[in-house]
Amino acid sequence: MPYLEEYYDIVVVGAGHAGCEAALACARLGLETIVFTISIDSIALMPCNPNIGGSSKGHLVRELDALGGEMGKNIDKTFIQSKMLNESKGPAVHSLRAQADKQDYSREMRRTLENTAHLTIRQAEVSDILVEDHRITGVKTSSGAVYHARAVVLATGTYLRARCIYGDVSNPTGPNGLQAANHLTDSLIHHGIEMFRFKTGTPARVDKRSIDFSKMEEQLGDETVVPFSFSTDPESVQKEQVSCWLTYTNSETHRIIRENIDRSPLFSGVIEGTGPRYCPSIEDKVIKFPDKERHQVFIEPEGLYTNEMYLSGMSSSLPEDVQYRMYRTVPGLEKVSIVRNAYAIEYDCINSLQLKPSLEFKRIHGLFSGGQFNGSSGYEEAAVQGFMAGVNAAMQVIGREAFVLDRSQAYIGVLIDDLVTKENHEPYRMMTSRAEYRLLLRQDNADLRLREIGYQMGLVSEKDYQYVKEKERLIEEEIKRVENTPTGANPKVQDFLNCHGSTLLKTGSTLAELIRRPELDYFMLTDIDEKRPVLAYDVQEQVNISIKYEGYLKRQKQQVAQFKKLESKKLDLDFDYNQVGSLRKEAVQKLNLYKPVSIGQASRISGVSPADISVLLVYLEQMRRTAR
Amino acid sequence: MGIGRESDTIAAISTALSNSGIGIIRISGGEAIAVADRIFRNGKKRLSEVPSHTVHYGVIYDGDLILDEVLVLVMRGPHSYTGEDTVEIDCHGGVLMMKRILETVICYGAVPAEPGEFTKRAFLNGRMDLSQAEAVMDVICAKNEYARKSSICQLKGSVSRKVRELREIILYQMAYIESALDDPEHISLDGYGEDLRKILNPVIDDVEQMIRTSDNGRIISEGIRTVILGKPNAGKSSLMNVLVGEERAIVTDIAGTTRDMLEEQIRLGDVYLQLIDTAGIRETADIIEQIGVSRAKEAAEEADLIIYVVDGACMLDENDEKIMDMIRNRRAIILLNKTDLDLVVSKEYLEEKTGHPVIAVSAREETGMKELEKMVSDLFLQGKIDFNDEVVITNVRHKRALEKTRDSLKMVMEGIDKGVPEDFLTIDLMDVYEELGLIIGESVEEDLVNEIFGSFCMGK
Repeated sequence: MPYLEEYYDIVVVGAGHAGCEAALACARLGLETIVFTISIDSIALMPCNPNIGGSSKGHLVRELDALGGEMGKNIDKTFIQSKMLNESKGPAVHSLRAQADKQDYSREMRRTLENTAHLTIRQAEVSDILVEDHRITGVKTSSGAVYHARAVVLATGTYLRARCIYGDVSNPTGPNGLQAANHLTDSLIHHGIEMFRFKTGTPARVDKRSIDFSKMEEQLGDETVVPFSFSTDPESVQKEQVSCWLTYTNSETHRIIRENIDRSPLFSGVIEGTGPRYCPSIEDKVIKFPDKERHQVFIEPEGLYTNEMYLSGMSSSLPEDVQYRMYRTVPGLEKVSIVRNAYAIEYDCINSLQLKPSLEFKRIHGLFSGGQFNGSSGYEEAAVQGFMAGVNAAMQVIGREAFVLDRSQAYIGVLIDDLVTKENHEPYRMMTSRAEYRLLLRQDNADLRLREIGYQMGLVSEKDYQYVKEKERLIEEEIKRVENTPTGANPKVQDFLNCHGSTLLKTGSTLAELIRRPELDYFMLTDIDEKRPVLAYDVQEQVNISIKYEGYLKRQKQQVAQFKKLESKKLDLDFDYNQVGSLRKEAVQKLNLYKPVSIGQASRISGVSPADISVLLVYLEQMRRTAR
Repeated sequence: MGIGRESDTIAAISTALSNSGIGIIRISGGEAIAVADRIFRNGKKRLSEVPSHTVHYGVIYDGDLILDEVLVLVMRGPHSYTGEDTVEIDCHGGVLMMKRILETVICYGAVPAEPGEFTKRAFLNGRMDLSQAEAVMDVICAKNEYARKSSICQLKGSVSRKVRELREIILYQMAYIESALDDPEHISLDGYGEDLRKILNPVIDDVEQMIRTSDNGRIISEGIRTVILGKPNAGKSSLMNVLVGEERAIVTDIAGTTRDMLEEQIRLGDVYLQLIDTAGIRETADIIEQIGVSRAKEAAEEADLIIYVVDGACMLDENDEKIMDMIRNRRAIILLNKTDLDLVVSKEYLEEKTGHPVIAVSAREETGMKELEKMVSDLFLQGKIDFNDEVVITNVRHKRALEKTRDSLKMVMEGIDKGVPEDFLTIDLMDVYEELGLIIGESVEEDLVNEIFGSFCMGK
C-alpha cells in the first residue's frame, strides 16, 4: 500500500506551456485536476527564445485564444515589444510576434494557475504511469505517492532523461540546470510506448552592458499594437516598448566555426538526438549554406528586470572558448561577456504516430499527451497540443465526443494531423507552408473560425461568443452594402481615382468593384463612401479581405470541399488491412500500424500511394454496396 | 460486385468474338493455374509444376470429351498483365469453340470476368497507372488502325511522362514560394512573378498542345466529322447512300427533300467518317427548310472535313458562291457530280476558283468513289496528323482535366498581372498540380475509380 493516495479526475504531468493549457482547460471545465511540476518556479518557463508568436506560430496563439486558451492573454499582459510580421506581404502570412518579459510571463501564468478553481499544483517528479487492462488509472511519484485519475495528460517537455551539452561538457539536467526527470521513460517503455530521442539548442545570453548597439540596426515595435487575445481591449496594450537589435555574422565568424566543427558534440557523435532542421544552430547554418556570406543575429532583451540579452539566430553547442571567439566576431559584440553559455539539450519524447487525432494514445485508454513530449518544438506548438489534449481528456471523463480540428479549420489541425500521421524524425516546427489552406486560416479570422468551437467546448464565455456572432453579422451586412452601393463616374470619384493612380470610370460601378482593384482597398475608399457606418477595425479588415480576394477565397474553399470528401470517408480503427487483397504489402503494414481514422488521413501516410487509396476507395464502395 | 470479388479467379475471351484463326481465353486469379490443370492434359507435367512464362502444347477436355488442341501460356503473378497468376489458352478461332472452352473454364472453377475487370485488376495491383488503364480501354474500343496506334503510345506512358514532367515544374515553383515564406532570410521573392511567368508560358503551350491533340483524339475514336454540303438536288443524299451502302436518305428529284440532317458512321478504306448529310443550301421561304439550312451551316463550321457536292449539270449560281465562301480555308473536297449527264461545269475551273481538290463522280452510277477514298485517306492519315512523336489525348476525362489545368494556369498569370501576393499564386498552382495528378492517378478524387471502371467497355 502506498503511504499516500489521492483521487482526481485528471492528472497533468508537467507545467510548461503544454501542461499549463491542459491543466487550465480541465479545471475550467469543472474537473478536479492536479498538475505536477519538477519545480514550482519553472511554471510556464521560457528556457529558450524570449518571444511568443512569429511566422505561423502567431496563428497558433490566436487560434488557441479563440478556443479559450491562456497563452494569448498571458502574453498581452507581459509583452515588452510587439510587431505584426510580413505586413508587406499577403494577409495569409501576416503574423504577430511579441517579446516577453520572461519572468513576468512565467509569474503571471503561475498566478493564473494558482487562482483557478479545481486546480491543484504539486511539486513532485512523476515516475510511473499506472495502467490496468489498457486503461490509465493514475500516476505514481518518485516518492511513492499514488494519484488516481480517470485520465492523464503527459506534458513532460524536454525533461525526460534530459542532458545539456556544449563542447565536451555534458550535464544530466533539464533546461537552465533544472532537475531532469529520469524515471518516467522506463515506465512508458514498460507499457509499450515507443520512445525517440530528440535534441534542440539555445544560444548564449549576454550582458547588455557589454554590447555596442551603435553598430546594429534598431528594431522597433509597432506604433499601434494588435493584441494576441480577442478578449483583450486593444487600448490596454498601447504602451511603451523596448527595442531589439539586428546585426550579422561574417566570414570571420564562419571561419572560426568551420575550424572548430570537429569539437562540436553534434559532429563528434556525443549527441545522439535529432535536431530541428528548421531551427538550426549557427554551425548547422554555416555548413548548410556555405555560400552565404552572413546570417542575421537578432539581439533580444530577456526582460525589463535584467541585463541579459538573447542572441537569436546563433544557437550552438560548440565549446565555451569557441563560443566566446565566434560571438566576438559579430559587429557590436566585440567585447561581449557571456552570462549563460549556449547549449544543446537532448531528451526523450514519443513517436507521435502512437496517438489518435484526439492526442489520446491508441493503445492506452485515457492517456493523452501534448507538447515537446510529442516530438514538436516551440512554446506555441506545445501550448496548442496541451490545450487539445486537456480538452479531450476532459471530454472523455465527462462522456462527450473528442474535439478534432482538421487541416482546413486551423493550423492547430494541421500541426496535430502532421504529428499523428506523418513520420517525424526531428522536432516538429509549425510553418506557413505546412498549411495547405492558409488563405482561409489567417490570424485575423481565428475568432470567426474557432470561437464557436471553443464555446461548444465550454471554454469561451457567453459574452465572447455573442461578441463574435455580432461581428459576423456586421461583416456580412457591410459586405452586402458595399457590393450593392453604386458609384457614378462623378467628379469626386474620378478625382479620387486619379489621385490614387487608378483608371477613371467610364460607366457606373460599385464600391466593391473599386475595392477589387489592385491599387485600392476598403480603407482608402472612406473618402468617397459617404454612407459608410462606423465599424471597428477588425470588422473593416474582414470586409476588405473578403471582397478584395473573393476569387481566391472561393477557389480555396473549393479545394477544402474536395479535401473534406476524403476526410469524411471514415475508417474503422480495428480494421485489418490484410483483408484488402490488392493493397501493396508496404501499404498494408503502414495502415495496420497507424490505423488512420479516414481515407484522407490514410492518403497522407508515407508509404501509402495514390493507387493504394484508389484500392481502398473501391473496397469501401464494395462494402457499402454489399451492406445495402 | 460483392466483397471478396478480388479473390475470385476470373475468365473471359480476350480476343474479338469473330471467326478469326486464333482465339485466346484468359484466366486470372489465385486459382487460375489450378482451374487450367483441371481441363488441360498433355501427358507430361501438370501446369502447377511448370515454370512461369512457359508455353505448353496439349488438349482441352470437358470431362472425357476432347474440345480442342491448344497452346497454354502460364504466367505467375506478379509478373503478368493483371499482376495475378494468369493462364492464356490459345485455341482455334471460331465463336462457338471459344464460347465452349470458356464455359468449361467457368464450369471448373472460374467466374466470368466483368467488363474491364482484367484491366481493373492490373490497375489495382499496381501494374499500370490510370492513364495506361484507360488507354487499354481505348485500344479495345478503337475503331481503326490509327486510333489503335495512338492508344498504344498512351499505353506506354507518353501522356504520363509528359504530365509528370509538367507536375514536377509546378511542384518546384510551389515549393519555392513556400520556402520563401518560411525562410525569408535566405530565399527572396523579389521579381519572382516575372520569373514564374517565363516558366509557366511554355507549360501553358504544352497543355494547350495536348488539348489540341485531343481534338485529333476525337477524330480517332469517333471518326472524322464530315459534312456533305451542296445546293438542293446536287446529289448529296445519293452520295450519302452510296457511302453508307443502304437507302438511308430519302432520294427524290424534288429539290429540298432533305430538310434536316442525317448522320451515319461509315468506313472509307482505313478511315472512319462521322458522315453528316445536310439540307441543300439555298435562299428559301420555307421555314422548316430555313432551319435545316442554318443547321447545315453550323455543322459545316464544326466539321473536320467538308465534302461539297457540285451539280455538274447545272450552271453555278449564287447558292454555290455561298458554299464556296463557307469552305474557304477549310479542309474540303469537291465532288463534281453527275458525270453521267452532260457537264456544264469544269473540274479545272472549280479547282482554280476554290483551291480545293476536285473529283469527278457519279453518285448515281457509283463512279469516282475509289478516288474519294484515297483522297480522304491522304488528307487525314499521311497529311497533317502524325501520331508517332506527339502526345495524343484520346480520353474525354483527360481533356477535361487539361482544360481545367489551362484555366488555372491562366489564373496564375492573371494573379501575376495584378501583382497579388506570391502566396496567393500557390492556390491556383495547387489546382494545376492536382488536375494534372488526376490524369495519371496521382491525385485521388472520390468515386473517380468507380467512374473509370464503370466506363470500361468489355472484358479485356
